[in-house]
Amino acid sequence: MDNVYRMNSPLANCEWAIEAHGLKKHFGENRAVDGVDLNVRAGTIYGVLGPNGAGKTTTIRMLATLLRADAGSARIFGYDIVKEPHIVRQLIGVTGQYASVDESLSATENLIIFSRLLGLGRTEARNKAAQLLEEFGLSEAAKRPLKNFSGGMRRRLDLAASLIAQPPLIFLDEPTTGLDPRTRNQMWDTIRRLVDTGSTVLLTTQYLQEVDELADRLAVIDYGRVVAEGTVDELKASVGTSSLHLNIENPQQLIVARETVEQILKVKTTVSQDIGKITAPMSNVDAVTNLLIALRQKGIQLDEFSVQKPTLDEVFLTITGENVPQELKDSKQLEGERV
Amino acid sequence: MKSQLLNKPSFNQSLRNSLTMAYRGVLKIRRTPEQLFDVTLQPIIFTLMFTYIFGGAISGNVQNYLPVIIPGILVQTVITTSIVTGVQLREDMDKGVFDRFKSLPIARIAPLAGALLADTIRYTIATVLTFTMGYIMGYRPEGGLGYVVLAGLLVIVSAWAISWIFAFFGVIARTASSVQGISMLVLFPLTFLSNAFVPAETLPNVLQWFVKINPISHLVTAVRELSNSGAIGWDLSASLIGAAIVVVIFAPLTVRAYMRRT
Repeated sequence: MDNVYRMNSPLANCEWAIEAHGLKKHFGENRAVDGVDLNVRAGTIYGVLGPNGAGKTTTIRMLATLLRADAGSARIFGYDIVKEPHIVRQLIGVTGQYASVDESLSATENLIIFSRLLGLGRTEARNKAAQLLEEFGLSEAAKRPLKNFSGGMRRRLDLAASLIAQPPLIFLDEPTTGLDPRTRNQMWDTIRRLVDTGSTVLLTTQYLQEVDELADRLAVIDYGRVVAEGTVDELKASVGTSSLHLNIENPQQLIVARETVEQILKVKTTVSQDIGKITAPMSNVDAVTNLLIALRQKGIQLDEFSVQKPTLDEVFLTITGENVPQELKDSKQLEGERV
Repeated sequence: MKSQLLNKPSFNQSLRNSLTMAYRGVLKIRRTPEQLFDVTLQPIIFTLMFTYIFGGAISGNVQNYLPVIIPGILVQTVITTSIVTGVQLREDMDKGVFDRFKSLPIARIAPLAGALLADTIRYTIATVLTFTMGYIMGYRPEGGLGYVVLAGLLVIVSAWAISWIFAFFGVIARTASSVQGISMLVLFPLTFLSNAFVPAETLPNVLQWFVKINPISHLVTAVRELSNSGAIGWDLSASLIGAAIVVVIFAPLTVRAYMRRT
C-alpha cells in the first residue's frame, strides 16, 4: 500500500491533532481514566505529566485504538477513534512504555517486518530499515539479536519502528523512563527533530524536567483526571517566587475571582478548570491581605487557601496531591539548580 | 481528500500482511531452531515405538502393520503438533510487540493468520519425517509418491485448520501452560479414540460409534486410501469439508477474541 506517503497532505489544514472529550476507562472498581479532556494542536509537543498509575498509559492506549474507551470520544486529525480506527492507525505511531519490538529477531529484521506491514516493497523496506538504524545510531548492532540490547538501544529501536511511516502524530509513553542521562538527552534531541519535520508528539512522563525541556503545552493528570493544563510558561509563571492557591466555593465565580487575583497581585494566574483552583505567583506576601479583602467585598467564598513554596515540583505535587516518588526527588535536585 | 484514507484494509492487503507475518514466523524458527525439537523427535520416536509395540498384536507382524500405523501416526503426530501453535501464540501475545501490531494499520487477522501459516513448516517437517521413518522400516505405499505427497498435503491442511481451534484457546487462555493443558485434554481422546492405531471393529459398540463419527478417523482413512491404494474417496471430501468448517467457525471467533483482548 502507498498509505505510507500520502497521509501528510490531507491533514495540512487540520488544526487539532487530538481532540478528546470525557474519556473514561474503568478496570473493575479502579477508575483508571475518569473523564480526560485533551486538545493537542498539530505540530506541537504536548506533555502529559502525572505520577505512576495516574492514567497516562491508559489514556494513550485509548487514543491509539489499543483499548476501547468506556465513555467519551476522541478524534485524531478529525477521525473518530472508535468509528474509523483503521484510518487513525494510519496517522499514528506508538512507542510504548515497554519496548514493543520483537525480542527474538534482529533490529534490521524488526524494522523490515514493520516496513513490509506498512506496505513498503522489499527493497524499500530494506533501505528504510538501514536508514533508520543509521539515524538512531544502531547500525553496528543491526544484525545482533535484541536479547543483547541495552535499555536505551531498545527504546531507540522502538522509536525508530514508530517512525517508519512518518506518521503525523506520535505517542511516546514515558520515552526516557529508566534511561541514563546521556541516552535521555539523545532521546530528547530525537523528539525535537521529529517536531521540526512537522510531526505532532504526545508524550507522557513522570519528570518535570522533561516537560520543561520539550513540551509546548502540558496537562497534569492525577487519579484519571486532568488537574491542570496550560503552557509550560504559564505553569512556570505561576511558580514565581512562591505561589498562592485558591479554591473557591462556587465555580461560577471562577472568572471574577481570577480577575480579582490578577488585578490585585498584578500577575498572571493559571486555573485548573476541573477543580476550580486558581494558582498565582506571589512575591509580596503583604498583598494577600488586600486580596482577601477584595474577595470578601465581591462576595466570593473561599473553599481553600494556601501559600506554597516555589519549585515546579511543589506545584506538581500540590496539583496531584501525591507524595514525592523517589525519581521525582532525584530530578528535583537537578531542577533546583535551575529555578 | 479524506477519501484517500480507507477505513478497511483491502483483501489484497490482508493477504500481504498475513504473508509478512508468516515471514516473521519463519524468521523466528530460523533464530530458535530448538523449537523444532518436538516435530523432529516425536515422529521418529513414536513411529518406532508404536509400530514395534502394536505391530505383532494387531496385524500379526510389523510389516503388515506399517500401512495401518504410518497414516495413523502421521495424523496423530501432526495434529498434536498444532497444539504448539496455540501455546506459542499465547507466549507471543504476552510480548510487547503485539501492541505494535495492534496499533499498525494492518488487517486484524494478519498476526494470527501469519503465525498459523508459518507453522505449516512444522507440520511439513513432521510429515516428511514420519513417512521417511516408515520407509526406513520397510513401508512401501502402493499409491506411489504422487499420492503420498497428496496425503501429506491433506494432513498439513487439516492440521492448519485444526490449529485455529488451539489458536482460539491461545487467545482466550491466561497462560501458555493452560493452553497446553486444555488442548491435550481435547486432543488425546480425539486421536486415540479413532482408527489411527487399531481397527474400529475390535472396539466395544459405544466406542465404535464414536470412532466412526470422529473426524480424525475420516482423516486417517483418507490418508490410508491415498497412500496405500491411490484412491480418492468420500473420506477425503469429509476431511476437507470438516477442515473448512473448523476454519469458518474458529477463524472469526479467534480474531474477535483477539480484538477484544487488549
